[in-house]
Amino acid sequence: MIKESTSMTRREFLEICLKSFPLFVFFPTFWIDELLAFDAETYDPTKHNYAMGIDIDKCIGCGRCVAACKIENDVPKEQEYFRTWVERYVVSTDGETQVDSPNGGIDGFPVLNSDETILKSFFVPKLCNHCSNPPCVQVCPVGATFKSRDGVVLIDEKYCVGCRYCIQACPYGARYMHPEKHVADKCTMCYHRITKGKLPACVEVCPTKARIFGELGQQSSPILRFLRFNDTRTLKSELNTKPKIFYAGADGEVR
Amino acid sequence: MKLPKIPQQIISLFILLLVVLTGFLFARKYFTPPSFGLYGHYRANAVDEIKARGMKYAGSESCIECHDDIYNLKAKGYHKNVACEICHGPAGKHADDPSETSPEIPHDRSKCTICHDYNLARPTGFPQIIANQHNPGKFCTQCHQAHNPTLPHTPNECGACHREIASQKMVSHHASLECTTCHEAPLEHLTDPRSFEVKKPMTKEFCGQCHARDANSPVEIPRIDLQIHGGRYLCWDCHYPHNPEANR
Repeated sequence: MIKESTSMTRREFLEICLKSFPLFVFFPTFWIDELLAFDAETYDPTKHNYAMGIDIDKCIGCGRCVAACKIENDVPKEQEYFRTWVERYVVSTDGETQVDSPNGGIDGFPVLNSDETILKSFFVPKLCNHCSNPPCVQVCPVGATFKSRDGVVLIDEKYCVGCRYCIQACPYGARYMHPEKHVADKCTMCYHRITKGKLPACVEVCPTKARIFGELGQQSSPILRFLRFNDTRTLKSELNTKPKIFYAGADGEVR
Repeated sequence: MKLPKIPQQIISLFILLLVVLTGFLFARKYFTPPSFGLYGHYRANAVDEIKARGMKYAGSESCIECHDDIYNLKAKGYHKNVACEICHGPAGKHADDPSETSPEIPHDRSKCTICHDYNLARPTGFPQIIANQHNPGKFCTQCHQAHNPTLPHTPNECGACHREIASQKMVSHHASLECTTCHEAPLEHLTDPRSFEVKKPMTKEFCGQCHARDANSPVEIPRIDLQIHGGRYLCWDCHYPHNPEANR
């Protein structure tokens, strides 16, 4: 018996090895392919960490970002619904700050007349801050709003029950109730564009490059260059939301 | 030893709990989407659904593929950062199939005044007009080229564009010098500033024409020994030529 089990000749052994060769080669590849097929082709969300910079000194308040955002993301045309909007800050000589944003800045801003009392005036584009520690995600009772693995805060439209907790929780007022879908809606940083290597629509159309988009993890990214060369701050940083929208040239009045 | 008898009501409660628990477990299994909780407390498939939304803006890099002539013209001028789709509208469909739709070609003044109408809050130096007073009734494109905008009348003074330098020079001891004393400006620089650049002095000897000990210039001009003053450094490493009194 023992002799029989060890009676394999060298020729037989090599034959078996050769025959089983395709098994070793193809089997694991099928397996890996199946695993990869679950995710989109080559996009790996764990390798990205998106952020945006806004240079207030460059913003001319043309409102093209607001218009492009509404077109790209099918945001309702009415005056109450914005994923991004431009605010005009007017600081008067007696220290009072007035903020206005007629129709989000799409149609421009009314002319200011009393020039003598105005100390300074500037535009501030606003949008979802895509916080690293988002309050809106904490309050969602059904898990419909979440922080994706690439750091973008998204809304699952099919899962949202429209309870509006997140709209109240957002300290930046970046969310609104969609009048037709009856779900919460907000900036996705144009997730459908950035995952295909394009820029968000607002960054794409900004004529003065006041909006800078990039990845925090990449050394060659424009956002890291922007952060190196500018003194930046985030909005309401005292709330510990850790926003990923960085403002350069923003004074204390900007909230 | 005999086990104490479990009361009937406890047994019924236990059975009820078991029924509720199994009901809950079944409900959770069948009502929770399969991808929920894969990467966190959310439905993982929602990410792919958001990713699959259609794009309406094609991006300038798509426009270059066919309209490279206009892009190259634009890249040299002041509108180099102005994306095509700001004025021409979203062109995603046109980029997919150019024959189907074509983007609008705006001739309307309102497209230009969106950015160039005067507004106090705009940054200083950004070219602005008061649209009601600036040739009302005329189209912008009658005088300005949209893809390579320049002033229709060439400015006479350098300070029209180089305002900061001009205002510094104005209060310095170099106020009486013309810009062309030091800079050789080709005439084309007025109309095409980026292609025809102005020349700057390159050597110490240039400043020495006035400031060297043996220079043929008025006596009140400060003199230095060109051979030893400043060593290997050039004059403008220490002195700002447009305002030499203010040491940098």
